Amino acid sequence: MAKSPEKGIRMEQVCYSVGGRTILRDFNLTLEPGINRTILGVSGVGKTTILKLILGLLRPDSGSITIDGADIGRMGERELNRARKHISIVFQGGALFDSMTVGENVAYRLLEEGDLGEAEIERIAMEKLGFVGLEQAMDLYPAELSGGMKKRVAIARALAADPEYIFFDEPTTGLDPIGVYNIQQLMLGLQRQGKTTLMVTHDMPTAFAVSDRFSFIHDARLIFEGTRGEMEASNLVEIAEFFSPSEVSLFKFANRQEET
Amino acid sequence: MPVRFAEQKLLFFLSELQEVCILSLRAVRGIFSRPLYYREFVSQLDKIGVDSLFIVCLTGLFTGMVMALQSLIQLKPFAATSYVGGMVAVTMVKELGPVLSSLMIAGRVGSAITAELGTMVVTEQVDAMRVEGTDIVKRLVTSRLKAMLIAMPLLAVVADTVALAGGYLIAAGYNISPLMYCKSLPQFMRFQDLIEGVAKPAFFGLLIVMIACRVGLSVSGGAEGVGVSVKRTVVVSSVFILVSDFFITKIFIFFR
Repeated sequence: MAKSPEKGIRMEQVCYSVGGRTILRDFNLTLEPGINRTILGVSGVGKTTILKLILGLLRPDSGSITIDGADIGRMGERELNRARKHISIVFQGGALFDSMTVGENVAYRLLEEGDLGEAEIERIAMEKLGFVGLEQAMDLYPAELSGGMKKRVAIARALAADPEYIFFDEPTTGLDPIGVYNIQQLMLGLQRQGKTTLMVTHDMPTAFAVSDRFSFIHDARLIFEGTRGEMEASNLVEIAEFFSPSEVSLFKFANRQEET
Repeated sequence: MPVRFAEQKLLFFLSELQEVCILSLRAVRGIFSRPLYYREFVSQLDKIGVDSLFIVCLTGLFTGMVMALQSLIQLKPFAATSYVGGMVAVTMVKELGPVLSSLMIAGRVGSAITAELGTMVVTEQVDAMRVEGTDIVKRLVTSRLKAMLIAMPLLAVVADTVALAGGYLIAAGYNISPLMYCKSLPQFMRFQDLIEGVAKPAFFGLLIVMIACRVGLSVSGGAEGVGVSVKRTVVVSSVFILVSDFFITKIFIFFR
């Protein structure tokens, strides 16, 4: 495994396609520690695919993805698991394990690793649930939780292994304004703890509240990378349409849906 | 055009067969290495074995009764009704017990496995497990395989036993004593038949689990995809049970 000294996650010239449809073409992205980023783009453009590629859940057709200099494309499942210890993800629907209690969900990775005693694992699970304000839900099952609570438990689970990077896949989708505010505050809390966040979302207020930099994908390519100010000042038509959809963009959207 | 369609179907079948074989090898290899996922195994044993007892008993009881009824009608003209126990036993232990109980399990358990794993796939629970560092084959497939390899032969034995009892209920109506019923068993059965009666369900169990897991883990397309996959599991595993039964029987006859 080739190692280089640079910290962070890098995607270089990544191509990925499914069933003849190109999702990413010569895609580049860098996630530096401490710089919180949001990936933007219309639905179906491949934002979630980027997260799954970095996590090694999908393999790119070509190009390289490195985590702290280590190319995950050359890793076996065991090495990949070691690399994944640096990263956690909060899936869109929470992806909590139905057959386990909230406590078991949060403690899942620690139980899998089996390095710690039962009492220590329970203490850590309780601490992480405390961070998201759900200590009382320890013995409940996911089916007994609301959508917002599920997302918070998913955040607690992502925190259990103390990762450096936490990915969020549409974390505020389907939540009421209070739920959205809670998630924003939790993300800011994580950033204060030194975690680096990478989020994909359509929720612009949340993106602006928790991110330092923004990446915009259009037509399988990264067409913009920069700060909020740079994005707002951008004269790219695609970004302008994303912020202020017009009848023209609705027409384009309908055409794109037909093509896919 | 039809040739191309047939070629595509054949290629799909062969690639799926290859995937099932690879998954089976990985699952079998996982039986002997840690972690053993003891809790998952016990839970599956309960779902596959204990929860299926009633349906398997019901299948065995009525099949045994029908077998006895049919045999008695055929044997009566030859004054050979005392052989009914042996006829029921040999038919049930070698063929009907393993095949019918496996078909019931394919419908009941195979479909449940595919639905459960398929739902886990579409709700990203399987991805979440992988991110958390879990070997999903070992956790989700091996634990089910172990439970099935233990439960399926036992269920077949239960089905055989209940069928014999059901057969006697009918035979008693024809004035056949319990002693006479039991005495005819060794006249028809050999020790190899008992082995056949246990080996067949174990193999059918392996088929059911591997097909159900493969189909479940490759689900796509949301709730509709899960529904289609469940149907596919039941159909494919039922067909494979019936086809493989013929070849296993040939093998046992060869070594007789």
